[in-house]
Amino acid sequence: MAEVNLRKVVKRYDDVEAVRGIDLDIADHEFIVLVGPSGCGKSTTLRMIAGLEDISDGDIMIGGDVVNDVPPKDRDIAMVFQNYALYPHMTVAENMSFGLRLKHYPKAEIKARVTEAARLLDITDLIERKPKQLSGGQRQRVAMGRAIVRNPKVFLFDEPLSNLDAKLRVQMRIEIKKVHQKVRTTTVYVTHDQVEAMTLADRVVVMNKGRIEQIGAPNELYHNPATRFVAGFIGSPAMNFLPCRLEESGDKLNIRLTDRLGFAVPPLRAQRYKNIPRNEKLLMGIRPEHITEARPHAEPGVEPFDATLDVTEPMGMETLVYFSLEGTPLCGRVNPNAAARVGSAMRLAVDLNNMHLLDQASGAVLGRP
Amino acid sequence: MSTLAIDKAGPRRKVKYGSISRNRTWALRWSYFFLVLFAIFSLTPPFYMLITSLKSSGEIAAATNPWWVFHPTLSNYIELLSSNQYLRFFLNSAMVSVVVVIITMLISVPAAFALARMKFWGSAVLATGVFLTYLIPDSLLFIPLFKMFAAIGDLTGIQLINRWYVLLFLYPTLTVPFCTWIMIGYFASIPKELDEAAIIDGASWFQTLTRIFIPVALPGLIAATIFAFTVSWAQFLYPLVFTTSTDQLVLPVGIITTLVKGDVFSWGQIMTGALLGAAPPLIIYAFLMDYYIAGLTAGATKG
Repeated sequence: MAEVNLRKVVKRYDDVEAVRGIDLDIADHEFIVLVGPSGCGKSTTLRMIAGLEDISDGDIMIGGDVVNDVPPKDRDIAMVFQNYALYPHMTVAENMSFGLRLKHYPKAEIKARVTEAARLLDITDLIERKPKQLSGGQRQRVAMGRAIVRNPKVFLFDEPLSNLDAKLRVQMRIEIKKVHQKVRTTTVYVTHDQVEAMTLADRVVVMNKGRIEQIGAPNELYHNPATRFVAGFIGSPAMNFLPCRLEESGDKLNIRLTDRLGFAVPPLRAQRYKNIPRNEKLLMGIRPEHITEARPHAEPGVEPFDATLDVTEPMGMETLVYFSLEGTPLCGRVNPNAAARVGSAMRLAVDLNNMHLLDQASGAVLGRP
Repeated sequence: MSTLAIDKAGPRRKVKYGSISRNRTWALRWSYFFLVLFAIFSLTPPFYMLITSLKSSGEIAAATNPWWVFHPTLSNYIELLSSNQYLRFFLNSAMVSVVVVIITMLISVPAAFALARMKFWGSAVLATGVFLTYLIPDSLLFIPLFKMFAAIGDLTGIQLINRWYVLLFLYPTLTVPFCTWIMIGYFASIPKELDEAAIIDGASWFQTLTRIFIPVALPGLIAATIFAFTVSWAQFLYPLVFTTSTDQLVLPVGIITTLVKGDVFSWGQIMTGALLGAAPPLIIYAFLMDYYIAGLTAGATKG
């Protein structure tokens, strides 16, 4: 068990900087998820921690020791790959014990560790099978078993669930979480799926274009994003953004979306935004769940407006409604019992208590607590 | 018949529907036709060899139907198999081929692994270079090679020419490039994650090769082995040039030089000797055919 620290880590391929000087401190026992779109440098970062890629600049420390020039086998890490990477000519037991056999562990201990890992992952019956006789989910378990038996300082997962179908992915996600709760090994997990990131992580690291955009607990990222990228990346459907301005009217603060549409900013938010220059071009960010059908009784900070629906998507527990406001496409989530019909006007309400205000040029979220 | 019934009952264009299986039937018939044609074409020479090997010299010379044996005899077989000379050729061929296969595998497997996996400066150029070497025909190489070995003999006093073991140096120039090329293709088709997993598990490059790559690439390895064996067994030009004494000859050259005396051809024995000589590769192919096919086509299907 160990902490992992990255200090100004850079990865250059010829002229291209894939990772642009990232700092990251991962605590002992922590489950960290690196998430971002493809090409954001998350896999490269993981592979540098593993030692499969050289570091162009900076330091990587595992358990306090700088491991920049330490070969992968001496880093005491275990990695689970997207395509499982099981040795096809070995049985499940041989796959799991390969690392231990290379290190000449006593036979009895190898057997004990494999048996224990197989029990933990519920693959005891499969132990004598070859990988090709296993289903995708079972192979993924074996790949995890191979990592667990080594009892390493750090687990590294490189998009381990991407090859599984949707249902199995949800199931394996829970399995991975269970395993981590039992073995408590420091884990770095890479995925492009923000749902996986949110559900698994103690802390999520959102990466974009080789840089870290924000590090935080899942709920913190969701409710208090630092940048437009994070706000848009985390959450599905994505957060709505619409151009707006702040206006002062008397002692009240108004947010003006269009010439005809403007709302009063609720007092708590107005307090946060008191230093933001007025009449500048800004963006309002609002999550789909904060645009709902209008309720009969007024609530503070919840402002009604009318919209003509372009598309509706019934999801069962809710219905997603798509409409546009002055050319900006927006999404809301309404009660499935609300009469949401395509082409007809609907009375919706926006909950401004949960609004975000962003700088249009830099994309930074303004007035964060 | 059923399609005809539909034809009468329903609209005209329905006729088309019955045609997929009919197309298939015709495709099958054509492929059988060409396969049979090809089989006849390629099996005629061995058949002729077999017929002739069962004839006496008198019957071969007689103006009877050459495609039939009227008085079958095993005298050619008995004569050859009881001749020490022929058995010596056989033994020489076997020793040369087996040792060449071993040398080839010892060189080309690690070479292919290095070229396929260890990205070092110039590895791509080197891989292409290896294949280009294979494209130079032996008929172009034998004179410079002969001069080389003659020079080595003059300089060091180590006489390699007219020794059967000189072939151990010569044949690998043919087998190593091709086998390396096959193995590069095969190793390249193994997913990169497999060696990364092995490296993280603590395997050295050598252990990755011996414990992961060789077992996984076994079909390719067998294909390369068969190729090396066949090339060594059938090679004619090098032994013809480099070996002359009858006790140093290998099978293909031995048969020609000892059974053709001036302008007298012992056809019966030549055919028998060639037929017996073709047996070992045939037996090996028969046993390892499935592996051989899998090895040659693996790159195509595994991506």
